[in-house]
Amino acid sequence: MAEIVPLREAVAELVHDGETVALEGFTHLIPHAAGHELVRQGRRELTLVRMTPDVVYDQLIGMGCARKLVFSWGGNPGVGSLHRLRDAVENDWPSPLELEEHSHAGMAAAYAAGATRLPFGVVRGYAGTDLAERTRVAVITCPFTGEDVAAVPAIRPDVGIVHGQRADHAGNVQLWGISGVQKEVVLASTRSLVTVEEVVPELDPRPGAIVLPGWTITAVSVVPGGALPSYAHGYYDRDNDFYVRWDEISRDRDRFRSWMHSHVLANGSSP
Amino acid sequence: MTQVVSTTYTADEMMAVAAARRLQDGTVCFVGIGLPSRAANLARATHAPGCVLVYESGTIGAKPSHLPLSIGDGELAETADAVVSVPEIFGYWLQGGRIDVGFLGAAQIDRFGNLNSTVIGDYDRPRVRLPGAGGAPEIAAWCRETFVMLNQSPRTFVEQLDFRTTAGAGVGGAGVTCVVTDLGVLERDGSGELTLTELHPEATADQAREATGWDLRVADSLRIGAPPADVELDALRALRPASGETSAA
Repeated sequence: MAEIVPLREAVAELVHDGETVALEGFTHLIPHAAGHELVRQGRRELTLVRMTPDVVYDQLIGMGCARKLVFSWGGNPGVGSLHRLRDAVENDWPSPLELEEHSHAGMAAAYAAGATRLPFGVVRGYAGTDLAERTRVAVITCPFTGEDVAAVPAIRPDVGIVHGQRADHAGNVQLWGISGVQKEVVLASTRSLVTVEEVVPELDPRPGAIVLPGWTITAVSVVPGGALPSYAHGYYDRDNDFYVRWDEISRDRDRFRSWMHSHVLANGSSP
Repeated sequence: MTQVVSTTYTADEMMAVAAARRLQDGTVCFVGIGLPSRAANLARATHAPGCVLVYESGTIGAKPSHLPLSIGDGELAETADAVVSVPEIFGYWLQGGRIDVGFLGAAQIDRFGNLNSTVIGDYDRPRVRLPGAGGAPEIAAWCRETFVMLNQSPRTFVEQLDFRTTAGAGVGGAGVTCVVTDLGVLERDGSGELTLTELHPEATADQAREATGWDLRVADSLRIGAPPADVELDALRALRPASGETSAA
């Protein structure tokens, strides 16, 4: 059953240097506070997995936490480039970054395979692209129809981290709105951490909500606002202005570091 | 037919209008952020109210009153007919062949409609690292057809892609059928090659040739597209993101 523990303690216990860590949230419910805690605790040599590395991975990469990135689309949605990701790939700053890239369809299938404990996922994809030579996919033939399909290796992170709206005292988590690959990454990972907006006595039904039973989660941490600047449906909106401002903050190495020092490192730890 | 025609509009507005006109009522569109989202929402606000907008965040039948900044803005989920997971949207809906028109952008396109959104320069040591594939390879492969929207210049319309992120030919559909640029519209003919078939008002075929990194095919019966009508421009401008306003879900 999930333990309800402070974020600092959860990150210290669950995430170790050199491990494979996936922070998920498809635009919605991105676990920013947990990402910041990884930065504060100085994690190094991580293999970071995420379909859409956006601002939170730009921050982790720029602060030197990552050795490798597994992803399918790396940009600032609706704004442009991720300057820290680009600087790492183009100039090895602050350190070289190995890439393993997929298409969204490939990565979604790889997460679903991870959750199913299948060795690989199957996609009708990658045909005719240069991606096939640059990533871990293989063409296999359907034993029943003879059709060629692409196999992508299952994603099974050491630690999966997501944000949800709320939990009950037993650590059951309820989340709703755009649900991305939240369920898949928790079930695919060896250990999992879910940050939530609040703990409530009872999870009354919500339209379209999914529930992750507490026994599928290692730790739950209560972090109100823990998805900001992304959003938590029903709690607060996406801070679109911040995504626009990040373009300017992250463009320059010194300005980026100074921003991280005053907004993340100097903040002490979240509760 | 006489319509009141506006005298001033931007190249982006012309592109959104030209793409929107190609969407029929009831068309199921897989929409990305930026110009595609503007075009599809414009179609829905004007001649195609039954146009179904599917965003890759899993929102099916979204009806935003303003243009979202990201593919996962809350208003998309609030106004959608259904919200599904990401594995489901790329599985049952996209690879399942349930989408009529996909929209894509790119950093580079070649004469066959193949697209690059991965790197400029060498893959291992790129001059510019671009965001990568996202949904593009499977969108072009499995939608019935795919529209590409990008500005036309020798840097974007290239003889040789630096990286082929997306194949233009299609698998379960016709692939890239139509490219809407700031100068006009190109369509893929039977040989699979892009041909300039329509110019925006005031653009010329020579301009389009100069903005193309290969020897551009130009249709004998080159059409001139109508400029945006006031009703189109008004609808387009009314879609602009309005900060501070809540959605009318």
